[in-house]
Order: sequence, then structure tokens, then C-alpha cells
Amino acid sequence: MTSTTLVLAETTGDNVAQSTLATLAAARELCDTLDVFVAGGQVAKAAAQLACMANVRRVLIAEAGHLGSCLAEDLAGLVAEHVRDYSHVLAPATTFGKNLLPRVAALVDIQMVSDVIGIWDSETFVHPIYAGNANETVRILEPHKLLTIRPTAFAKEAVDGGEARVEHIRVGEPRAQSREIELRLHGSDRPQLESATVVVSGGRAFGSAEKFRLLKALAADLNAAVGASRAAVDAGYAPNDCQVGQTGKVVAPELYIAVGISGAIQHLAGMTGSKVIVAINKDPDAPIFGVADYGLVGDLFEIIPELGEKIRLLRSEPVSELADA
Amino acid sequence: MKVLVGVKRVIDYNVNIRVKADGTGVETENVRMSANPFDEIAMEEAVRMKEAGICSELLAVTVGDEGSQEVLRTALAMGADRAIRINVEVSPQPLNVAALLAAVAREEAVDLVLLGKQAIDDDANQTGQMTAALLGWPQGTFASELIVDDGRVRVAREIDGGQQTIELELPAVVTADLRLNEPRFVKLPAMMKAKKRPIEERTPEALGVDMRPRVERIKVTEPVPRKAGVLVADVDELLDKLRNEAGVI
Repeated sequence: MTSTTLVLAETTGDNVAQSTLATLAAARELCDTLDVFVAGGQVAKAAAQLACMANVRRVLIAEAGHLGSCLAEDLAGLVAEHVRDYSHVLAPATTFGKNLLPRVAALVDIQMVSDVIGIWDSETFVHPIYAGNANETVRILEPHKLLTIRPTAFAKEAVDGGEARVEHIRVGEPRAQSREIELRLHGSDRPQLESATVVVSGGRAFGSAEKFRLLKALAADLNAAVGASRAAVDAGYAPNDCQVGQTGKVVAPELYIAVGISGAIQHLAGMTGSKVIVAINKDPDAPIFGVADYGLVGDLFEIIPELGEKIRLLRSEPVSELADA
Repeated sequence: MKVLVGVKRVIDYNVNIRVKADGTGVETENVRMSANPFDEIAMEEAVRMKEAGICSELLAVTVGDEGSQEVLRTALAMGADRAIRINVEVSPQPLNVAALLAAVAREEAVDLVLLGKQAIDDDANQTGQMTAALLGWPQGTFASELIVDDGRVRVAREIDGGQQTIELELPAVVTADLRLNEPRFVKLPAMMKAKKRPIEERTPEALGVDMRPRVERIKVTEPVPRKAGVLVADVDELLDKLRNEAGVI
């Protein structure tokens, strides 16, 4: 079998999602010829974007009203029909890919691998286990390799240069086992925790939900997502979907600023993959300093307003290198 | 309505994971084990459904060796009516587990399979979706709210960037996310009583499930340790470092 990879594309709105770009980057490490599967209610724009990306040979479009909410019951069967044509099938390790690919894998009786962060060869992959406290290298013994790709581990630049054929595939009738009732998306002004370039997280040291707002102000200055330790969530300062850690979200931004977080094991498991870590804490012995690139010991209630103010000043300077920071 | 909850025994979430020196896995000797936190949330949800009169029989199932009985004791203490351990010596892979759970779900004619969205050891996040596929049932993954009504279940799902609410025909598979509920604290007398309750046993052979591994572990390594950081004196020095040394702002 010649080696060809199928990438299951995720879209946001009308466009190709960032997570798809990272998945394409991973796919290019595996082979030179890629096909892309894109499904939804209206995907013409995303399909056109995908068609001119490097190494893409074909874009398979599954377009129908009932595919608009991307329910796994409808999509998995469509994808499963194509698996045997490919050496590899890749999806981003986002809620989209995590919901879909295991269902596809079971339909074709294949054990897949989740959250790949490294590719050794065509059948050997590295992925984190224990919330990133260990990395496991595995060899897949299946005839077709199904993988979800952790977007933070691969380049997210769009590489163009492709001239792919665009083909519509037959989509069939809705399965009618499930239907979407409501979709509520956070405003686009607030970056998502799991894909943000900068994350600022707060711990119990804030003392109240009201004072936790200081952190939100800093996040706004940095165009950052807001995270929280489990202790801060348990104390009611922040909602549960902000929780960073083993039982919350695992993040790996360019910059992670931990404010008033001591650094319990369970929290560290969720953020040590970050590129640069800053810790701000009153207690110089806090374990968080053990993983931080830059530590600042002091009172967060003095440091945070000063930091916010100086960042705003930096941003307002007409320095070209800061223009897109 | 009959509900099946899957519970996996894992290393406790507060334990500092140590990779074995020979790279064959992580240290599990003399390490505190607990029920997977997401499975506890699934269990709590099922118990609440029982208390609300929606669930008539609550079945807790684990896949593992004799040691994993302890998580079934916890499930019984929380409110499970019956507990089944599927006897497996080697750590099974998600597709194997899904096949076992699907077999039990069929045999027991359950209406709802409730699982944690992922186990905090392998972090695979596959078993629920695979179980649903094998049964041909709809799935509601990453549930933060669950309402059963008139042969259907309404599931609010935590998805990237927001929340999606879907409605599934029963029977269905639902996987629990963190916000679904906060599991109750199991009291000692309930735990003592649970110790005396019977635990049913099944085998993969009897359920007709092939347990051959399809993915082979080559090695387990520690992630590259972070290099020791520096302490900065004040906000100005911090900003200077972030801008000129790290280049992140």
C-alpha cells in the first residue's frame, strides 16, 4: 500500500481551524501525499483554503445541513468508509477530534493512539500519559494507523503551494440518534484556554472571587486566557472550566503566568508543557518556583497592577517588533 | 432505567508519578491507588439519578485484576446496586475495554452507559466513544449536564470554545467531564458495609472478547525536565527578561 494520509479537518466558523494546520504539519512528517476530509453545513470556503495547502492532493467534502453540528454519529460512518484507503488517518486532539476519531476507530476495529506529540517513523509515536508526567513511545500493530495530534506540538503555520482536487462525497441520511439543540460559543474576544498563546492563572492566594478580577484585568492587558488552580476553583473564585491541572485542562502556551499558585502536583501536570513559565508568589519556597523560568517573590496585590500598567505602556510604544505581540 | 457505570483503578491524582529506571512503565509499587476522578463523577451522577427515581438499577463495572475490586467497593458504598469485575491481568487497551463494556451492556440490557471522559493514567479519552460505536448507540462526550426525559437524554457538552447541548435517543453512552457534579464523600460505615457485599466476576472469554494488544509499548520516559529558572527582583526585570531574553511579549 502506498503511504497516503487522510486528515480530518476541523473548522471554526467558515475557516480552517488552527488545530487543522498543526495536524497537517504532523501529516507532512508521515508522507508527501495528503487527502483532507472536511464536513459541515457549508464548507466551501474552508475546502478552498485546504485545497491550496502544501502536499494536499484531494479535499473530500461532506456537505449537508445535518452535518453542520458535526455530530460523531453522522461523521464517524462517513470517515470509516474511507479508512482502508489510507496508511494513516489523523485528527486534531481537540474536542472535535477526540469525539470523532475513537468512534471511527471502533467502527473499523482499530486501536488508535491519542494526543501524539512526536513521530518516530510510520508506526512509532510518542504521546504524553499521566497528564504529561511521562511520555510513552508506542508501536501500532494495526494495518491503518489512527492518531489524534496535539496541536501545541506541531507548527501551526499555513503552508501553501497545493493544487488539490475538490470532491464531494455522498453523505447519506442523518442517523437521527442525536441532534444539536443549542450551541453557545464564548465571544471571540476571549482566547480559549487550551489554544491561547498566553495564559494567566490564579490560585487561592487571591482570597476572593472579587479580587480574582485583578487577574482578569491582567489577562485583558496581555490578550491572555484566564486559568485557575483547583484550589481557586474549589474556593469558588473561578468557574470549573478555568481549571488547569490533571483533572482540569492541560495547556501548553508560549507564556504561562502563575499568580498565587503554590504548585501542587495536580496543577503542575496541567501546565509544565508551557514554553515559558512565570511564577509570582509570596512564599519563596513554593514548589511552583521549581518549574518556573522566571520567579518573582512578592505580594500579588502590588505586583499584578504594576505588571498590567507596564504592559499597557509597552503596548502603546510605537515599536514595530511589538506590533503583533 | 438501568444504568451501567464504568470505574477504573488508577494511581491517585495527588501522587507524584515516577518513571521506572528501565523505561518499562511508571512505578506502581507502594503507590496510592484510587478510582479515576472522572469515573467518580460518572458514578455520582448515576447515584443522583437513582435517588431521583430515574435509575432503577445501578451497575458498577471495572476491568482489572483483583486489586481493582477496591474501586467497586467505593462504587457500592456510593450507591451502586451491583458490582461486576471483569478479570483481566494485563492492563487492557481502550478498544478491548470498550468491547467488554459493550458486551456487558448488551447482556444486562442497560439503557445508559456512564463513563468518565478519560482515565488519568493513559489519558486516552477513547473508551466511551468506542463503546458507543460498538453498540451502535449515540454518544454524549464531555458532559457537564445531563437530563433524562421521556426516552431521551439531553447532554450539555464542554467543547473547545463553548458549550454544545445535544439530545440523544436512549440507549446511549455519556462521558462525564469535571463540571458535571462534585462526588460525595464516602463515609466509613458505608465503606465497611460495602466490604461485605458480593462482587460478580466475568471473564473476557465468557464475554467473547479478544484481548490481544494492538499497540505495543516501546518505552516510557520522563519528559525533558525544565531547566532551573531564575528569580527576578521586580516587575521591570521580569518584563525585560520576557521581552528580550524569552521573546514572548
